[in-house]
Amino acid sequence: MQITRPALASAAVAALLLTLGCTTDDLQEPETTDQAADTAEGDWFVQADYQEQIAQRDIEPEGDPAAPWLQAIEPEWVDTEEFARDGGDATVCFSNASVSNPWRVTGWITMQQQVEVLQESGAIGEFRHSDAADDDDQQISDIQAFVDSGECDALIISPSTTATLTPAVQAACDSGVPVIVFDRGVNTDCAVTFIHPIGGYAFGADAAEFLVDNLEPGATVLALRILPGVDVLEHRWAAAQEVFADSELEILGDEFTGGDAAEIKNIVTQYLQRGDVDGIWMDAGDGAVAAVEAFEDAGEPYPVMTGEDELSFMRKWEETGMTALAPVYSNFQWRTPVLAATMILDGEQVPAEWVLPQEPITEADLDEYLERNADMPSLHYAKFGGEDLPGFPDAWRDR
Amino acid sequence: MSRLRTAASALSGGTGPVIALLALVFAAIAVANPGFFEGPSLMAFLKQAAPLVILAAGQYFVIVSGNFDLSVGALVGAQVVIAARLIDGEESRTLPVLGVMLLFGLAVGLANGLITTALKVQSFITTLGMMLVLYGAIRLWTGGAPTGGLSEAFRGPGRRGIDGLPLIGQLPWALLAMIGLGAAAVWLMRTRFGRILVATGDNDLAAERSGARIDTVRTAAFVLSGLSATIAGVLIGGYAGVSAQVGEGMEFTVITAVVLGGVVLGGGRGSVVAAMAGALAIEALFALFNQLALPSTLRPSVQGLIIIAAVAYAAKRSARRPVPAIATTTTDPS
Repeated sequence: MQITRPALASAAVAALLLTLGCTTDDLQEPETTDQAADTAEGDWFVQADYQEQIAQRDIEPEGDPAAPWLQAIEPEWVDTEEFARDGGDATVCFSNASVSNPWRVTGWITMQQQVEVLQESGAIGEFRHSDAADDDDQQISDIQAFVDSGECDALIISPSTTATLTPAVQAACDSGVPVIVFDRGVNTDCAVTFIHPIGGYAFGADAAEFLVDNLEPGATVLALRILPGVDVLEHRWAAAQEVFADSELEILGDEFTGGDAAEIKNIVTQYLQRGDVDGIWMDAGDGAVAAVEAFEDAGEPYPVMTGEDELSFMRKWEETGMTALAPVYSNFQWRTPVLAATMILDGEQVPAEWVLPQEPITEADLDEYLERNADMPSLHYAKFGGEDLPGFPDAWRDR
Repeated sequence: MSRLRTAASALSGGTGPVIALLALVFAAIAVANPGFFEGPSLMAFLKQAAPLVILAAGQYFVIVSGNFDLSVGALVGAQVVIAARLIDGEESRTLPVLGVMLLFGLAVGLANGLITTALKVQSFITTLGMMLVLYGAIRLWTGGAPTGGLSEAFRGPGRRGIDGLPLIGQLPWALLAMIGLGAAAVWLMRTRFGRILVATGDNDLAAERSGARIDTVRTAAFVLSGLSATIAGVLIGGYAGVSAQVGEGMEFTVITAVVLGGVVLGGGRGSVVAAMAGALAIEALFALFNQLALPSTLRPSVQGLIIIAAVAYAAKRSARRPVPAIATTTTDPS
């Protein structure tokens, strides 16, 4: 018996290895034909959504361009008279998924500043909020608590994940309170309005198209991704794969970095040891500067690069004069939900799906956005859209 | 003669397998990409590996004395975030802030040590708690994500080195720090303190009966771990700059590295050199995966299998040998 035990252990490991071997076949080479995109990556790629977002990039949004947080692309206006109430001083409740990254921290500050303005004007009385720290169960009970309190005149929800939060959002709608969902979506359209920028496909395609346009055919591109399995990030990569498939760029690999600067620098350094890297595609700007530094420290010429509108990257871009693009996942969307809440409580029409504009920052806009954000810390997002709020710039600077 | 015996016991003991693994991984890298061993790219690898190696030396002290330190990853992250916030891009603040970080690291280690020894809380729980406390405190202090920025002087030790050398190009400061601290750790394990530390991990009752102040050395081990996390934090922050995720998961990587080096969880066995070699082996493994262009989704599984296989192999070898005279293995821990 004793002799067979190591043999059994080895057999078990061998079985594991075999399983791994079988399952890696579809991982190794991302298939690039349309058919494969529909099947192998079917979970994250919806052709219709992709094409809709690609098209939305070219549509002129309705509304004042000076206030992009109130603009909407092809809105379908819905009546909200049933929710109208008199007297102002509304209690607005907000269930936040988390403030666990600089993008959310920036947006959360902007939202609070907008709330202060609305409180001064008397539209909002009390503003209650809960932070679920990226925990689905916590957020479900947060939403439940707001509904049970019966004191919320409007409920704003920024869901932590799509499928898990859907029943909780549905329950909130069923209670009769007007619900506003923003950022990530849920699988129900019971909310009065769902507010979001164009989306992940547009972000990923903006970045990939920039690389295709600015690199020679046959050039090499490394894709850096935060983590797998998050819809907004998977959409960015799925769109990039679509664009790259039709190009002559060589994709060296796609690596998960966890957004950790040290990990990003390690990975880029090691790719540079293997050979030339001409372009970098990122699904989010976290740690983009570390990728640039890897080229500097290896003594290699700067790559053509896409990051995000995070200031550390934009400042590095300006300093080095590299060829770059900052795709944007519009941070100013954090202003819109509280404004939407007051509109709904006034009985004004709002778009059923409120698609906000989402325009990348290019070389041409770079200086303008850097100047506007000159006092801001490096982990701030350039398109935060709060410059006209009374708390500017201190509230964002001294965070 | 005694030196010969040391070398022999090092090879037949826990050090052998990790050196063999390291050689194997390096050989595989050489096949995949011979260019890896050219001066500049090898220096880049060592620069990037240095923080984990230093962290492994710190973790070794704690593990060999019979405890765990799970708080190091959070401490590394906290130190980088503290540095960014306090320095806020001002060059002149670099040195004072380094002083603050040093005190903070030592204080965290001291707290871990005193809670474990004086309050008799198991170190697994103490340091797990400390990890959460640090994580939460940093979130609270910064409002969720890091703020501020590091100075160029602060970035120096982790990012730069002595430039313009023939053959290797740049000799990184991080590599020098790694060698210096490694030598200091080896020296420390040869002192009376080192012997008591190993004896405490091997059999704390016997060590106490023979007059060793086991609580003192165990506490000192935690302080050394806090110190190593601080230095690792300075190097990592210097290497890559500040991000919210710095240090995440490092506690598990470093414990894996130490175990891979043949250091026995529960204490009393293993050498600090092997622990550091274990860290180097893990970093080399990551580099190999990269050179082979292994899909990133598959890497954790392969990494897990290799670690289990290496440790199982080492355990089998040591089980087959007759139990050695404790004196020869435990008094030559380096």
